[in-house]
Amino acid sequence: MADLTTNFIGIKSPNPFWLASAPPTDKEYNVRRAFEAGWGGVVWKTLGSEGPPVVNVNGPRYGAIWGADRRLLGLNNIELITDRPLEVNLREIKQVKRDYPDRALVISLMVPCDEESWKAILKAVEDTGADGVELNFGCPHGMSERGMGSAVGQVPEYIEMVTRWVKQHSRMPCIVKLTPNITDVRKPAAAAKRGGADAVSLINTINSITSVNLDLFSPEPSIDGKGAHGGYCGPAVKPIALSMVSEIARDAETRGLPISGIGGVTTWRDAAEFMALGAGNVQVCTAAMTYGFKIVQEMISGLSEYMDGKGMTSTADLVGRAVPNVTDWQYLNLNYVTKAEIDQDLCIKCGRCYAACEDTSHQAIAMGEDRVFSVKDEECVACNLCIDVCPVENCITMRPLAKGEVDPRTGKKVGDYANWTTHPNNPMAQAAE
Amino acid sequence: MTNSQLTPGIVPGRLGAEDYARNFSDIAPRYDAHEARVAADRCYFCHDAPCMTACPTSIDIPLFIRQIATGTPEAAAKTIFSQNILGGMCARVCPTETLCEEVCVREVAEGKPVEIGRLQRYATDTLMETGSHPFARAASTGKRVAVVGAGPAGLAAAHRLAMKGHDVVVYDPRPKAGGLNEYGIASYKSPGGFAQAEVDWLLKIGGITVQNGMALGAGLTLDGLKADHDAVVLAIGLAGVNALRAEGEGLENVLSAVDFIAGLRQEPEKAKLAIGRDVVVIGGGMTAVDAAVQSKLLGAENVTIVYRRGPEKMSASDHEQEHATSVGVRILHNAAPVRVIGNGAAREVEFAYTEDGPGGLKLKDETFRLRADQVMKAIGQTLDGAPEGLAIEGGKIAVTGAGRTSVQGVWAAGDCALGGEDLTVTAVAEGRDAAEDIHASLMG
Repeated sequence: MADLTTNFIGIKSPNPFWLASAPPTDKEYNVRRAFEAGWGGVVWKTLGSEGPPVVNVNGPRYGAIWGADRRLLGLNNIELITDRPLEVNLREIKQVKRDYPDRALVISLMVPCDEESWKAILKAVEDTGADGVELNFGCPHGMSERGMGSAVGQVPEYIEMVTRWVKQHSRMPCIVKLTPNITDVRKPAAAAKRGGADAVSLINTINSITSVNLDLFSPEPSIDGKGAHGGYCGPAVKPIALSMVSEIARDAETRGLPISGIGGVTTWRDAAEFMALGAGNVQVCTAAMTYGFKIVQEMISGLSEYMDGKGMTSTADLVGRAVPNVTDWQYLNLNYVTKAEIDQDLCIKCGRCYAACEDTSHQAIAMGEDRVFSVKDEECVACNLCIDVCPVENCITMRPLAKGEVDPRTGKKVGDYANWTTHPNNPMAQAAE
Repeated sequence: MTNSQLTPGIVPGRLGAEDYARNFSDIAPRYDAHEARVAADRCYFCHDAPCMTACPTSIDIPLFIRQIATGTPEAAAKTIFSQNILGGMCARVCPTETLCEEVCVREVAEGKPVEIGRLQRYATDTLMETGSHPFARAASTGKRVAVVGAGPAGLAAAHRLAMKGHDVVVYDPRPKAGGLNEYGIASYKSPGGFAQAEVDWLLKIGGITVQNGMALGAGLTLDGLKADHDAVVLAIGLAGVNALRAEGEGLENVLSAVDFIAGLRQEPEKAKLAIGRDVVVIGGGMTAVDAAVQSKLLGAENVTIVYRRGPEKMSASDHEQEHATSVGVRILHNAAPVRVIGNGAAREVEFAYTEDGPGGLKLKDETFRLRADQVMKAIGQTLDGAPEGLAIEGGKIAVTGAGRTSVQGVWAAGDCALGGEDLTVTAVAEGRDAAEDIHASLMG
């Protein structure tokens, strides 16, 4: 069986599945349950400065969107950092780490943007025995109004400055957690690197209003008829997170910077995808909040089985495997021609491919007698929409045309690799070499 | 309780009060909102959906299910009612397993269709419970239309005609309107007085007068109706019952299953209904199943359906047959009655085994007997009381197009008219379409 042990910036854990800093990691009780369930590590819910803790709203703090059968697809929250006294959290962290020395335990921190505040909190956490700190520059709600969280994460100069303070005043490994509420995630990542961060973690939650109450005309979750934007997470944000992780993994300036992948990881497959795009481990929250801690067992068994099947013996074999294949649009092979093919044995004749193609795409699917649906190769541009809307997995597939085969749509033979940079329609094209 | 299932003869009160209550309660209760959402989520919103094609009234099923899924069941109901004003009853009695649900792509793919019938009931019940009627009449046309028969076809025709602005009089021989919805459906499919509630709700459209106790030959003549109205719709159903043509048919307690079902429907206290210890039902359709199942539910010890051909020829669906056997009804195939035996009242039925070959059905020499306190005939209904002068074809009123009979100005719809299966939903479709055709010819 594949070895899932990971060493992430010197922090060892029996598997790459960590719980993200969030409600599930706010208390000793929860964290012990998580470790008992098998989680490899935990990022303790964000601690603030000493003194009276923050308060949370006393009405609903989560909103959600659902898919079919009320499967939770996205969760949004307006919860702040821990609302429990600092000393209680520190005492509990110390006890838990003592009892679970083989698990990773990282402390998330968020204090005002001045050196003294950071110096003080680092001193306070140092003797807990925790394995590292994660700087919360990500939370988009509440704390950002007070100049913390994403308010810092949106200014690369601040990220660099605070990271530098942290590295200066602590010997603990330092992960900088990034906000996605920014135009180009490579900028804050590069700033973290310049400041001396050992790693970045991303994504934190996305500014969001999940729904509007159409009786109260209030955003949900509604607090006495008013709502504030929250932070969005869960399966729905995974594509955004994967893209951001890949950008950092392949950018010249940030390449090689360890990444802890976060954003909608729900199954082993999601985790493997993040890792293939360069994440050394993953952090999970919404899936645990939806199904409980037990889901990690499926993640462990699934990743092991996948790695065994691929002949991978350690997670290092997987991490970054897909990064070289993330490229710019302009380098995509324009001579890669595929055609949709419908497996008539698998087809259940729902006709969604037909409706989608006929109404919204290229009129490339024919509907014949007895609801037999077939692809018109001379019209099919291979857009993939039919596959995306088909309810049956693998019923519609894409068949790549062989080199030299004639594309019935264009009447041209499939040629060698050629991309936009050399395409005659491109005014900036360079002559093909 | 003095009687039991073992009490000889034909007696009431074979069961306890709770048994009757359970046996005749709603067989498939209305979904609650959560169940409906879960069931609705399974619909794929197919293009040119097979379910819609299979529905005789062409209800836009994917649309109404999507309306349920998005939390607007009353809009869903309006989608249903716009095609089928008796969508509430059809949701209860349609053999969906041989119509919409049979062709549902999820039935084909997984053997488990979207539960269209139950979703339809959720939507229609939700709207009907509000008491509001979703349609309004067009301005009066001043035209008068007579509808003979207040069953599904007649009511559907009357509603559509009234909606178009015509004044409609519906004549029916029975004391209550509804036809087979009121008198001919197994009680557990439509408990709680739903059939009458549905009629009352339907009549809220306005412009429809119902006159009970009147039928062709009993106060009405076709010529009279034609003289007084701009158009006539005949929706008189099949009032006759086929005879066994077996010796002893005239014995006491050899009865029509249709009458048995009607009597049962009209009796609110099922414990008062007398039923035999041994009941034999002869036939292979829905009426046979409904009579047999309800005999069993009334406490008969032994109930047997005997059908002269094989199971594949039974017009009762597999689902209906399974339901019958699940309550303890025995179904015997390939046997035909040759005589009813008894001294005054039926005591036994003698059957001959049959052979269904290319040359037709043949009786074999081998026979057997079944004890029978009651023998119920469910071997089909026949057209009875059709007015003179109408062309008849295959035992039904001949029609062309949307129910036009051979007589100018007279339309026919439902079971009495040629074409289509004898189903509630088909009757509704025919009544509706005849009404549209009448409207076009009156206004054209």
